Amino acid sequence: MSGGAHVAVSRKIEAAAEPLQGEVGRIDATGIALAILNRFRNAWRTVLILVPYFWLFLFFLVPFGIVLKISLAEAVIARPPFTPLLEWVDGTVLEIRITFDNFLFLIEDALYWTGYLNSLKLATISTICCLLLGYPMAYAIARASKTMRNIYLMMIILPFWTSFLLRIYAWMGMLNNNGVINNVLSWIGLIDEPIGFMHTEFAVFLGITYSYLPFMILPLYANLERMDLSLHEAAMDLGSRPMRVFFDVTLPLSMPGIIAGSLLVFIPATGEYVIPALLGSPDNLMIGRVLFDEFFSNRDWPVASAVAIVLLFVLVAPIMFFQHYQMKEAEEGKA
Amino acid sequence: MRRRSTFTFSMLCFGFAFLYIPIFSLIFYSFNKSRLATVWGGFSTKWYGELFQNELIIDAALLSLRIAAVTATMAVILGTMAGLALARLGRYRGRTLFAGMVMAPLVMPEVITGLSLLLLFVSLEEMIGWPAGRGATTITIAHITFSMAYVAVIIQSRLSSMDDSLEEAAMDLGSRPFRVLWDVTLPIISPAMVSGWLLSFTLSLDDLVIASFVSGPGSSTLPMVIFSKVRLGVTPDINALATIIILVVSTGVLLAGILMHRQEQRRLRDEQMAYSD
Repeated sequence: MSGGAHVAVSRKIEAAAEPLQGEVGRIDATGIALAILNRFRNAWRTVLILVPYFWLFLFFLVPFGIVLKISLAEAVIARPPFTPLLEWVDGTVLEIRITFDNFLFLIEDALYWTGYLNSLKLATISTICCLLLGYPMAYAIARASKTMRNIYLMMIILPFWTSFLLRIYAWMGMLNNNGVINNVLSWIGLIDEPIGFMHTEFAVFLGITYSYLPFMILPLYANLERMDLSLHEAAMDLGSRPMRVFFDVTLPLSMPGIIAGSLLVFIPATGEYVIPALLGSPDNLMIGRVLFDEFFSNRDWPVASAVAIVLLFVLVAPIMFFQHYQMKEAEEGKA
Repeated sequence: MRRRSTFTFSMLCFGFAFLYIPIFSLIFYSFNKSRLATVWGGFSTKWYGELFQNELIIDAALLSLRIAAVTATMAVILGTMAGLALARLGRYRGRTLFAGMVMAPLVMPEVITGLSLLLLFVSLEEMIGWPAGRGATTITIAHITFSMAYVAVIIQSRLSSMDDSLEEAAMDLGSRPFRVLWDVTLPIISPAMVSGWLLSFTLSLDDLVIASFVSGPGSSTLPMVIFSKVRLGVTPDINALATIIILVVSTGVLLAGILMHRQEQRRLRDEQMAYSD
């Protein structure tokens, strides 16, 4: 495709430079037409690839380049609120203006450090909790009868479909000072004063675990369900105790599911905005919230972009790992 | 063996309680007469009535539904193309980058996607004058972009779990590739396309962060309106709204799930009969 564009461009230049050589242009055009005709037999194949390719390229890949560009600009009070990187000085000299001030600013200000570290910490704890709760659940579902399995799976998937925002909101009703949990506890007589669950780190971590639990269970289930049970039987027949069979056979075999589930929880949880905004306090800095506020409250686009670039940098290793894994799974599924 | 299965089963029950108690309590309190959202003051449906008089919420809901319908349709078209391109077209130049671009939106933090798309729209407007301002169009484009990734993954996994013997058979019988795609492959993946459409629809209906970045003045989606209200605390009318949304979505998903399950059973039966003949 780019070859065709290249030919078209060079033809334009030729035509502009030497109008007398129209002949050459025409021959070239026939050649292109023939090539297109030849290609047309496989055109649907090309379309199938190129249309989504182009869409993702324009709306997913290019935007990252722009974020990088703006993170190197200076903030100004204007529309848009940043300086251009390339500018014509006196109409002759192209001046490139790049500044790393935004990144230096991130390093110097403890707020951002705390934000990144807190996000990583909360995401890690929540991932571990999702795993500890999700693994036995996925295991129980995978070993249930076929009918029950479908019902359980539906029950796991259903909350995943219903609104994320509203499920977090539901926790606000649970954790409030006069919320469900405090009401129940004081009704039993365990507490006299309501416990302030809301606006704590605990609430944020509970919210993340709650929202991302299905993401952990589904890949784990997929893995455990197709595990070959003859290995377990062999281990049992050889006299291993159930606990040993679990740690020596089941757990190592389910590693792909554990990794896929953990990454599906960890990566988005690190950049989470809604959960800390609703359940956390302004003191529980999470980097997603810092970015959001930097952008909307401070209107500092370059610093917000720099925050995003650094976050992407932090997450690039897990993201690459996830992709590598997904692709391997997809290839294996085909074989 | 028995002891551990008791353990996993009780964890399963605990997990389901954890997943469902907040939702049920929310539904319960939506019928609360009291203005204090979590103090029971008797049964009432007055908050539902109030909800339907709130024009701000109705308008936002209509906008969100419109965006979600367009998003889902476009995402299924683009996502199916991407899924087919990944699962059935073999190797071609740039396939790795393509696969990467399809997978990445699944895990990309929303704040990054939202910010980067907004900056793209601003830059595009400066360069070519499109899109003029931000609103429903830019939200729809953003939603299509992340929804099509979900659709592509659903389609791809459906295609890789099916062996391509049916397609090969059609090919051997002399069908042209395009006819094979149209007559054999598409019917096979049609349940996946339906799930993809439903998932895109709900994802779009639910998105707050990305929409906040790429929306403009006067185009507040339903989640944006809900968010600005609930930031200040639990309110009974949002409880009512949440109940409606949750009930409608779960009924839809359950119905679709049952229907597709039946169809799948029938298809499997047909296939088995075809083999045994």
